[in-house]
Amino acid sequence: MLSILEPGLLTTVQDLGRLHWYHIGMPPSGALDNFAFRVGNLLVGNPEDAAGLEVTYSGPSFEVTSEGLIAVTGADIAFTINNQPAAQWRAHALHPGDRVSLGGVRRGARAYVCLAGGITVSERLGSRSTYMLGRFGGLDGRKLEAGDCLPLGTAHTSPDAMLGRTCDPALIPALQKELEVRVVMGMCSHRVAPDSLKDFLAADWEVSTEADRIGYRLKGPTFEFNAGEQPFGAGADPSNVVDLGYPIGSIQIPGGLEAIVLLNDAVTGGGYTTIGTVIKADLDLIAQASPGGHIRFHEVTINEALQARREREARLELVRLELGLFDQANLLGQ
Amino acid sequence: MSETRYDYGGDEYLLVVFSEAMDLAINFKLLSICREIERRRIPGVIEVCPANASYLVHFRPEETHPDALIRTLKDLEREIQSAETLTSRLVDIPVLFDDPWTQECAKRFADRHQDPSVSNLEYLMRVNGYSSKEEFITAYCDRPFWISMVGFVPGTAWCYRMCPPEQAIQAPKYIRPRTDTPERAVAHAGVFLCIYPVQGPGGYQLIGMSAVPVYDPEEHLPDLKGRYILANAGDRWQFRPIDMDEYNDIRSEVEAGSYRYRIIEQDFRPDEYMRDPEHYLKHLREEAAHA
Repeated sequence: MLSILEPGLLTTVQDLGRLHWYHIGMPPSGALDNFAFRVGNLLVGNPEDAAGLEVTYSGPSFEVTSEGLIAVTGADIAFTINNQPAAQWRAHALHPGDRVSLGGVRRGARAYVCLAGGITVSERLGSRSTYMLGRFGGLDGRKLEAGDCLPLGTAHTSPDAMLGRTCDPALIPALQKELEVRVVMGMCSHRVAPDSLKDFLAADWEVSTEADRIGYRLKGPTFEFNAGEQPFGAGADPSNVVDLGYPIGSIQIPGGLEAIVLLNDAVTGGGYTTIGTVIKADLDLIAQASPGGHIRFHEVTINEALQARREREARLELVRLELGLFDQANLLGQ
Repeated sequence: MSETRYDYGGDEYLLVVFSEAMDLAINFKLLSICREIERRRIPGVIEVCPANASYLVHFRPEETHPDALIRTLKDLEREIQSAETLTSRLVDIPVLFDDPWTQECAKRFADRHQDPSVSNLEYLMRVNGYSSKEEFITAYCDRPFWISMVGFVPGTAWCYRMCPPEQAIQAPKYIRPRTDTPERAVAHAGVFLCIYPVQGPGGYQLIGMSAVPVYDPEEHLPDLKGRYILANAGDRWQFRPIDMDEYNDIRSEVEAGSYRYRIIEQDFRPDEYMRDPEHYLKHLREEAAHA
């Protein structure tokens, strides 16, 4: 078990999210930096979808009651076990009574705490992820508080087998202040003036203070819309459309005044013009952006987006190979 | 009708837009298409989310290239030329119009409204040419609302009053959205009514309070056990004006976990509705009365 002493700014239980429920308005939730989270689980010998903690900007401290393993990945963050600094992207042993502390984030925005066996709060609609707006999943649908106790599952691998394992730094994406993010343009972009779309791709967008798991509001140039009468039911503002579904990663431009990129706790649909979608592989980068950070959008074709997706999976396959999980995975697959 | 647009929503979604405008006939047809996509279990498709005049497909590109999926969906569209009979639940929604809680909320955010000198309900009445509150509420609730889309947050339903477009009740959204709205607030903007499933931001005109929840994350109510939300796309909600006494009675039942929704399942024939909406609605009303 894990007993929370200090919760940190915003710490939630997350796994890889709940699929199949977008049509009722339930977003997937799940770890925003998908790659860092999956590597964290691999390091402690967990299946990639075991639940862990997502830590935002400043970390929790907690005590464990049993033998185990821990790895911290994602943002660069102060991490100690019993007041001794510990390396990130590495599996460390834990003993009953050990105290783990995470401090403030030095670079990036979100760190992941993965423990052998995973956090085993009960599943809701097939996932343990927390969706705070809907008070759903995780621990009572909310962020962690001091005094919370989280159950841990049984480790899948012998702790000794994983102890001290690390991830090759070359495979870890660099945490940058200036992000290059790839986007597939389209959806309702035909409603926007061509010059505004050019500006969108040329601009340096600044992450505003309203940047959370639902979405990131970005400050940059404003948008002009093509002239024409508003369709029946769309609403009077030219940025309004007849309400439709919003993909995770979609970029909407309410009022033409700002751009919002929707993330894993997205509102699933609404009546704002969407102009494109950030490719899945690059949503990990946005997860590590913080207010004041800068983002540039780079248009790609669908096939380039699919190629980037394969490259990210190949990178993860290299991590598995390095950790000796490759053969095991192959055997299981046969 | 213009041609259907198939477009990528990144590498995991496709957006299929039938019309830029809201149109019930199009919604009937796309609900048929979406139900058929679910039935066929197309490889790679995770789920399909119907919207007012479009739908969104979530898929795994490892299992199907998006272009191949677009071809499959286009074939399906050609196959389904007209909307089939839809299973549609008629649900009774008791509403306290002109309630104190949404009025208090509207006052708090008066600076964001077009005309803070009147209540949101009075504003909605005025822009639609009504002067008597009773007359407006009676007219507003004289027919069911069609749920053409579910989404935003869990349980939010876009409810479209089943009348010809020229008779639609319409209103603009707030000039700037509120940062707060009470849970279960009944509100209207554009051509849609919605009930806020959870407390949160919003920009619709606030006109009443539903006595019954539309989202139940804790599964208190037997009718929402295992489904969490009340709305299905393709259901019809009949709003029923109630007074404060009845509102309080229903609230007690809801809080005790004993409230049962009044739900009547009916076959809905889009072709018959389109032929003569008034006549068909009357037929469904009579059928429901005998159920």
